[in-house]
Amino acid sequence: MHSLKALTPLGRAETHVETIGTIHIAEVIDRALASVTCRQGREKAFHMAAKEHFGTDLPGPGKSTQGAVYSLFWTGPDQWFAEAPEASHEDIARIIKADLGDAASVTEQSGGWARFDLSGAGVVDMLERLSLAPSRQMRTGDARRTGIEHLGCFLICRATAKSFSVIGPRSSAGSLHHALAAAAASIA
Amino acid sequence: MSQSNRISGGLIDRSQSLNFRFDGKIYQGHPGDTLASALLANGVRLMGRSFKYHRPRGPIASGSEEPNAIVELRGGARQEPNTRATTAELFEGLEAKSQNRWPSLAFDAMGINDRLSPFFAAGFYYKTFMWPKAFWEKAYEPIIRRAAGLGSLSKEVDPDIYDKGFLHCDLLIIGAGPAGLAAALTAGRAGVDVIMADEDFVMGGRLTAETFALGDDSGAAWAAATVAELASLPNVRLMPRTTVLGAFDHGIYGALERVSDHLAVPAAGKPRQTLWRIYTKRSLLCAGATERPIAFDNNDRPGIMLAGAMRAYANRWAATPDRKVAIFTNNDDGHRTAVDLLAKGVGVAAVIDTRPDAPRLADCELLTGAQVVDSMGRLGLRFLTVRLADGSSRTIEVGALGVSGGWNPNVQLTCHLRGRPEWDADLAAFVPGRDLPQGMSVAGAAKGAFSTAAALASGAEGAVAALADLGVKARAAKLPEAEDTPVNLAPFWYVKGAARAWIDQQNDVTVKDVKLAHQEGYRSVEHLKRYTTLGMATDQGKTANMGGLAVMAEMTGKSIPETGTTIFRPPYTPVPIAAFAGRSAGKDFRPTRLTPSHKWAAEQGAVFVEVGMWLRAQWFPRAGETHWRQSVDREVVATRKSVGICDVTTLGKIDVQGTDAAEFLNKVYANAFDKLAIGKVRYGLMLREDGMAMDDGTTARLAGDHFVMTTTTANAVGVYRHLEFCRQCLWPDMDVQLISTTEAWAQYSVAGPNARKLLQKIVDPAHGISNEAFPYMACGEVTVCGGLRARLFRISFSGELAYEIAVPTRYGDGLIRALVAAGEEFDAVVYGTEALGVMRIEKGHAAGNELNGTTSALNLGMGKMVSKKKDCIGNTLSERDGLNHDDALNLVGFRPVHRNESFAAGSHLINEGDKANASNDQGYLTSVAFSPNLGHTIGLGFLKNGAARLGEVMRAVNPVQNAEIKVEVVSAHFIDPEGERLRA
Repeated sequence: MHSLKALTPLGRAETHVETIGTIHIAEVIDRALASVTCRQGREKAFHMAAKEHFGTDLPGPGKSTQGAVYSLFWTGPDQWFAEAPEASHEDIARIIKADLGDAASVTEQSGGWARFDLSGAGVVDMLERLSLAPSRQMRTGDARRTGIEHLGCFLICRATAKSFSVIGPRSSAGSLHHALAAAAASIA
Repeated sequence: MSQSNRISGGLIDRSQSLNFRFDGKIYQGHPGDTLASALLANGVRLMGRSFKYHRPRGPIASGSEEPNAIVELRGGARQEPNTRATTAELFEGLEAKSQNRWPSLAFDAMGINDRLSPFFAAGFYYKTFMWPKAFWEKAYEPIIRRAAGLGSLSKEVDPDIYDKGFLHCDLLIIGAGPAGLAAALTAGRAGVDVIMADEDFVMGGRLTAETFALGDDSGAAWAAATVAELASLPNVRLMPRTTVLGAFDHGIYGALERVSDHLAVPAAGKPRQTLWRIYTKRSLLCAGATERPIAFDNNDRPGIMLAGAMRAYANRWAATPDRKVAIFTNNDDGHRTAVDLLAKGVGVAAVIDTRPDAPRLADCELLTGAQVVDSMGRLGLRFLTVRLADGSSRTIEVGALGVSGGWNPNVQLTCHLRGRPEWDADLAAFVPGRDLPQGMSVAGAAKGAFSTAAALASGAEGAVAALADLGVKARAAKLPEAEDTPVNLAPFWYVKGAARAWIDQQNDVTVKDVKLAHQEGYRSVEHLKRYTTLGMATDQGKTANMGGLAVMAEMTGKSIPETGTTIFRPPYTPVPIAAFAGRSAGKDFRPTRLTPSHKWAAEQGAVFVEVGMWLRAQWFPRAGETHWRQSVDREVVATRKSVGICDVTTLGKIDVQGTDAAEFLNKVYANAFDKLAIGKVRYGLMLREDGMAMDDGTTARLAGDHFVMTTTTANAVGVYRHLEFCRQCLWPDMDVQLISTTEAWAQYSVAGPNARKLLQKIVDPAHGISNEAFPYMACGEVTVCGGLRARLFRISFSGELAYEIAVPTRYGDGLIRALVAAGEEFDAVVYGTEALGVMRIEKGHAAGNELNGTTSALNLGMGKMVSKKKDCIGNTLSERDGLNHDDALNLVGFRPVHRNESFAAGSHLINEGDKANASNDQGYLTSVAFSPNLGHTIGLGFLKNGAARLGEVMRAVNPVQNAEIKVEVVSAHFIDPEGERLRA
């Protein structure tokens, strides 16, 4: 076991959770993240191996899927982000690559992103002040790439009108969190 | 003062009184009042002075079209100039000041302008202030600005916050009058997503201002009940106090919601206003109509207003501008005002109708075929002069006059995408044309359906049609019976007179000004507008444009439709700039990117610098250091002497994978990459298509099909975008996958003679990093600090023995602390971007100052890197003659001949004895620093044929600072030119 301590995206030792009005904002740090891309001409092998490894179908454009271990969301043509528990998948890219082999390009993204889970009554009103994604129309499993205060983010609907994840660039986690908190205060 | 002109009825809440202040005087009003209605109720007709002539003015309208009653609202930092009293909702403690007057509204010294009006006709400024030219900016314009009728700014920071947001709907209904309400009922009950926005704080449109019955209810009661039903539907979003300000491409609308403007101060954390972008599948414009005045001499006296506004003040706000009024009209609708005011006990002296055959509709004197020709009264209307049908003249004593010249459909939003309205001769008005914004249809008065029954029906039908277009079958809502009076109007635009008849009251444009424009050849409506400023005020000429067109049409002998309209542009009503900015203000103007060592650096008191969105440590001052150079010099010397650590996470990192990854890099880099061994790093230079240098960096080969490319911090996004373009568009058949990993890894440079010793304490012993095991330009995966996976690269930007070590970002803070602790025995320092810059200049490495978009590989001394054994982007065009002549600029070093002298980057190089001018220019200095190792200033720069001129003495000329010193041309490599240190 190594001796280095991890910091959360917000620069703290512990995950930051807060409630503003009805909105619950939680910094999520227990998920590992990797990008998974199908290599050209290897679609058949890729999809077979992916289904086997992830235990779930790969989601189509604008969608995410939730499996027992992995949750996946579509990020571009032939490209997905895979999330898994940090505890079991700290080295997520190597774990996925081991099964998908040279049919896939896999890149670790755990440190590249910060995830905030948003929930509570009015979460859609809050998101309407942040993103042009149609959060009110989004249903469980819908996923979007969207800009939030100039930051390229992913928005995933975990439960219709109730719960969403915002995944944004880690170096700007403070700015992103500030935007989320300000929007929550606006509708509080 | 008591509310002397408050009458019975109205939609105000008399159970509560609100105190407010206008020009320092305290008045009372009620919830439901606007500032204008409350002032009228208090007997105040005079609310402002006009823009140019400082004429006394009062409100002519009761809504957002108001040109006259423009005030400064609130005080202190919240003071807002040019606010319409007719839309300002009354609240306890409201404070307003009239503007454009001195010393007071009743006595305005600038009223002299009115006496001098013969000199101030249209075009006055253009003709008068032509000479001398230089006087315009410094003298004339400031004077004119001071005299002109604009409110004043607080000049303090706006204390309020503004939100921006995004909404989506199937149907956007713009306006909540009878048409909008009928449409919303129809669409709402059909279950589609509906947004209905209205600029007013009470929904209902004219239903709140009229006395018509809808079925068994009053119009206002039906509107309230309908709004209540709509509010109960989860698929309907009602947005009062929201102005749809513009129609944009693809069914997108802008709207401003005044969230807190009806409150003294917004609640904590709440925005004052929200600017919405509304994405619609269909939209239904139910924006109603605006009444137009008839111009006559001195028609701008306080008390003279639109008849429909006078009626609205009476019916909705229980206020009248005077206890005795008259009506001047060319249509039946004007008579309604007389009927309604009589019912409220207000005396109506006469209805003056321009039509000889006007019907008698009100129980008062009717003067047919008559015209109001003049008005009198110093600060408000006292007498009217009426020319009767027989030509005789009569004076009528009244304190207010309601004027109706007919109604103009509010077509503005139909024209925002360059649609043109069409002329409807029956209505004598422009109605929406056929070329509407995508997905828009129009209903109600906005398309000329002026009766209540017609408006209701067209709203419901409009919604049914819009939904049918979306494949949704809806049934038109059952609507109550309503009045269905036909429009009965004889067009009449202005009364011919000798004095001034006002067309555009906000910009002080008269009938004479329009005639002057015609006389001087400005006959196109666009020229008319610009020459006279007709319609160019903040009201966008909502009550003025038609009058101007009509006068111009008469002058040119053309019809009004032939004369045409000017272009309508967003915003429909003024929008604060702060609302456009939203949250992107002050330090939140853009996001900030923090490096993994930021927390640690902040604890050390580092001085940060903005590098794009990144905050990077510039230097780390220590106790006793009072000047930045002391800190930077120390960091440089300590690094070269022992070891220094620097956060280099900000450099772009791009993961390149795929079976064609090596070939792909071969094509995007000028130098070859396909033979790069696994576990090795290579410096790469990337060219633009035009052959100029684009970016540089190192690329490491982690596996046969896996590379990690680094870019400069500044170009991280640009290079990634370029690579994606190459992959997707140029070579779509290559098997290459790209993804940014800039933020996924915390990366530190460890440089200096003791770098290896330090790292040997961090890298786990299983991974040998001796010079033999891990030579210069090696890379590999290692573990650190007892098992954390990491990447190690032996590369150097400083010229020292150096490594870059990367760990997953969350451990970046832990690693910097571990490195510093491990470095204590070596007196290790952490250095910032300044020391980084000094060391790279000492080493002669090109950076952003040299890769400045105008330099080629040849200029940079890297001409041989452009491999001719393969093709790459920019290869062919780098061979252009112009880039390869003998006199080309070369990157070389410079030092002062007298070592104690210094010079500045940007200085130009001139041969000794030559005059310092552009034709003798030999090149320029790009990067300059003080080298603490050499003890003098050093510089890099581009010099014509520089490689062959080492040893020459030149002049570094800095005309900006009037400085010039002698410099010697030297190698760009000031430190360790043989590269022994970095291979040590």
